[in-house]
Amino acid sequence: MTVQIGMLCDRIRPDERMVIEAAKRKGVDLKVHNVDELVFTTAKDQEMKFESVILQRVMSYFKSLHVTGLLENSGIRVVNSFNAALVCGNKLLTSTALSKAGVPTPKTVVAFTDESAIKALDKVGYPAILKPVVGSWGRLIAPLKDIDSTKAILETREYMFPLYQVFYIQEMIQNLIRDIRCFVIGDRAVAAIYRYSAPGEWRTNVARGGRAEVCPITPELEELCVKAVKAVGGGAFGVDMMETSNGLVVHEVNYTTEFKATTESTGVDIPGLMLDYLIDMVKH
Amino acid sequence: MEVTTIKKVSCPECGAEIEAPDDVMLKEILSCPDCGLELEVVKIEGDKLELQKILIEKEDWGE
Repeated sequence: MTVQIGMLCDRIRPDERMVIEAAKRKGVDLKVHNVDELVFTTAKDQEMKFESVILQRVMSYFKSLHVTGLLENSGIRVVNSFNAALVCGNKLLTSTALSKAGVPTPKTVVAFTDESAIKALDKVGYPAILKPVVGSWGRLIAPLKDIDSTKAILETREYMFPLYQVFYIQEMIQNLIRDIRCFVIGDRAVAAIYRYSAPGEWRTNVARGGRAEVCPITPELEELCVKAVKAVGGGAFGVDMMETSNGLVVHEVNYTTEFKATTESTGVDIPGLMLDYLIDMVKH
Repeated sequence: MEVTTIKKVSCPECGAEIEAPDDVMLKEILSCPDCGLELEVVKIEGDKLELQKILIEKEDWGE
């Protein structure tokens, strides 16, 4: 019998197109649902005709999180789960989950006022990085180079939504020219890339023009990534790491990861492997 | 990636030909192979596609 799987989107990026093509190759009946056209109810929904397993690919974090909650309430299994999305979508919750699981992370401090943030910086030293707890593609991430620039940056946050007044401050790893993104599906690291920042850009996000190169998956790297993924709940994730003088540290776990750059660099069929993982879920 | 392409459309910016998969969907994002512009499919009528430049990047998009 043909396996039916759902995919929830708000846009069809090249990544989602790759999933659609992989489903054709595998003979999977993939139903694509556009979240923007749907109406949900908070009660357990008997009328919604969804597949038993859904791949969550909505670009908007808040939409994605809330829709996953609604679907799970109707007994549908979503990759990745609500809890994983909640933890991974929030850098502070990710840091605490990783730290609890014994996964090395960059030194991070949190404060809620300008004054306490300045004090917190004594613990990590300058330069440091201020990151919004919820945010993506490197938006509004600011380098804190000295006390004067820090005060100015913190002041700008006073005029923003209160979420930006949760000051999540991380040590800046020195001489960083690249970071590592590793894809973990289930309990296996399947592909990894080095991400080099674009000229004139310190953030390594491919969305910010960063360049990708193949990174070998060593046993150390795989063990660390699988541990990080288990800490946030398990599923299909992209784990971001940095190389430090004390070894690898994990700074982010992505739950609806863009994989086009990694698939092109490594030749690993990430959308196909993700579908295999979902097919296995449908069958068990 | 092999895609059967039957739909073709001109880039509104540079005029280059952009190919779209035969089962192209509304809200699908296509890139112009020449100028790299990202375009969203806003209308599909038979083999004709209407594309719109993506001008905004919403605050909670991406990862």
